[in-house]
Amino acid sequence: MLACSRRLGFAGYEKSAIKVRSAGGVERGFTVIVCRACLDPPCARVCPEDALIPRPGGGVLLKPERCNGCGHCAEACDIGAIWMDEETGKPIICVYCGYCAQFCPHKVIRLQEVEVVCHTG
Amino acid sequence: MSYWVRTLSRVLYVDLARKRYWVEDREDLFSRWLGGIGVAAQLYKEEVPRGADPLSPENAIIFAVGPLTGVFPMASKTVAVFKSPLNGYFAESHAGGRSALAIRFAGYGAIVIRGVSERPVYLVIEHDRVRFRDASALWGVRSAETVGRILREITPGAGMRSILRIGGAGEKLVRYAMVMVETFRHFGRMGLGAVFGSKKLKAIVVAPEKVYRFPDMRRYRDIYKKIYDLAKGPKTKKYHDLGTAENVLVLNAIGALPTKNFSSGRFDAAEEISGEALVENVLARRVACSACPVACIHLAAIREEYEDERFMYKTEFISYDYEPIYALGTNLGVRDRFGLLKLFKAVEDWGLDAISTGVILAWATEALERGLITKSETLVDLKWGDWRGYMAAIENIVSQPNEFYKVLAMGVEEAARRYGGEDFAMAFNRIEPAGYLTGPLFFISLAIGFRHSHLDSGAYSLDQKIFSLGERLPSPREAVQRIIEEEAWRQILTSLVLCLFARGVYDENLVSEALRSLGYDYSPEDLKRLGREIYFEKQRLKWEEGFRASGLRIPRRIIETPTPLGRISREYLEEALKEFDNIIKRSSSM
Repeated sequence: MLACSRRLGFAGYEKSAIKVRSAGGVERGFTVIVCRACLDPPCARVCPEDALIPRPGGGVLLKPERCNGCGHCAEACDIGAIWMDEETGKPIICVYCGYCAQFCPHKVIRLQEVEVVCHTG
Repeated sequence: MSYWVRTLSRVLYVDLARKRYWVEDREDLFSRWLGGIGVAAQLYKEEVPRGADPLSPENAIIFAVGPLTGVFPMASKTVAVFKSPLNGYFAESHAGGRSALAIRFAGYGAIVIRGVSERPVYLVIEHDRVRFRDASALWGVRSAETVGRILREITPGAGMRSILRIGGAGEKLVRYAMVMVETFRHFGRMGLGAVFGSKKLKAIVVAPEKVYRFPDMRRYRDIYKKIYDLAKGPKTKKYHDLGTAENVLVLNAIGALPTKNFSSGRFDAAEEISGEALVENVLARRVACSACPVACIHLAAIREEYEDERFMYKTEFISYDYEPIYALGTNLGVRDRFGLLKLFKAVEDWGLDAISTGVILAWATEALERGLITKSETLVDLKWGDWRGYMAAIENIVSQPNEFYKVLAMGVEEAARRYGGEDFAMAFNRIEPAGYLTGPLFFISLAIGFRHSHLDSGAYSLDQKIFSLGERLPSPREAVQRIIEEEAWRQILTSLVLCLFARGVYDENLVSEALRSLGYDYSPEDLKRLGREIYFEKQRLKWEEGFRASGLRIPRRIIETPTPLGRISREYLEEALKEFDNIIKRSSSM
């Protein structure tokens, strides 16, 4: 989280596109919540302004100038990997840069190239 | 001053009596004293009048973080400052977990809590407001762990917030009650839990939601990467592999492992409760404080069958470290791993400081053995190694069923004053010692320190170096000078605020460079000078309230039990403490 915020030039948690939560007390371990790059992303389908553009290979790109800040995308994501930036009023979307993985000391997250066979379009 | 100082300079003031809060810009303090302990000591000077009773409304609780908090690896600690209900002097305690980043990113450099609430209360602190919430339903919940579980469900900020709270010990004003942070981190020593209890303050939840733009991103990222790599490397190996429990066998081998109330430096069952044995048999998970790549927190699983139902099991978790292994293990003669973990869990739940509790029980065991007290006082049998008896006694310290346990709740100094056995009542300036029988420098450091942690000055390590190099003992004056020099530098680390396990990573050049990337201008020499200033500021706070090291009681036990550096001479200690007083006296008259 700190690495993701840092990538954007910020100290703090709130700009991060990745979240870590304890699974109810640290003794029960942690859940890392990050966009899993759906092949047919529901967040993009519910966007009324076409501000979220599906990427080839999965996931979405945000066109901030089109976004009206309605938050439907965040509601549509069942794994909870989209949240709203309080400051801009727009969603925070993972860009799959892998910067966070460079600073995970225990190799829990990593950036991996995947080959995807596209059935749609 | 730099923009970064301004982001840090907001101080939140909370008045528990009037249920009011406000924010003041204290750039004056943060530009002069850096942050952390440097600033907290100044706020203490403003807040707590001389002669204040530690459990009265006049005492204040001050939390502070610093310029590196949350932005550099291992800058993960919060400093708490308050007047100690154990010894009545300015005291300091540090804890990690998520507390430091939560305070910083809630938008504060420090939090000052004043007064006493009429009813039990807990605070929910966010960047634009503080809520005073009725804690009547939580008051009386004796397990600090349970309090945390309840608050997790009803407060904001999941995943990032910090939850500080007390258990039954704090409510009952046990003078060495701790404040639990998240799960398994603590403001352990010096009795902050009792100060919470006296203020009817059950818990504080801090929810972080602010971000700050870095002033010089390129410079910052470069130095960050450098420090990150160092922090993961060999300089912190001890903490991430076996953890601090590594010390058990190391100290046992040289005869510096306090055993059965410091009557010996060797424990015959050290192997069974060593860091190695714990990893092999019970280590279940390792976790980290926020912003720390080391993950020194070792959690053990306690797998236990129900007492009255066969094949019905539960598994609980508990953190372990060297200090509780010493205090509740070797010092009580406990060799049973399961029993040891149960004792850890008991002090954790009730909210007691593990070190003080262990030392007090060791005194009680010996006092019972020698007939100074009887079972009509202790109510349970206290015998070396019998952890079940100690479990019952720990509960009694909190529930206080008779006069004896009321006295035990005041600390070992008070217990010995009432029942005798001062020769083996282990305390320095009324505080039970951390677990090192390394030699005289360690005990000098305890007598003059603020946290009564082994990390005040690391003097146990000075002792060990003298031993391993086969050097002669330094003169008492030189010993004191060495301790002060080391402790003065650590004031910088704890103003930034770094975890002291990072002390091998951050030397003065690296600190200077890290600060520069945030727009600060401190040369390594400036930092050293400031460290000394902060150190003497703190010592003067005690001096003005009448603290004199030369008057301190030196428990006879430590001049009888041999250390790796031989028997400690009383004259040597007394001479050193006199030298210390002279140094402080000179600095006060300046």
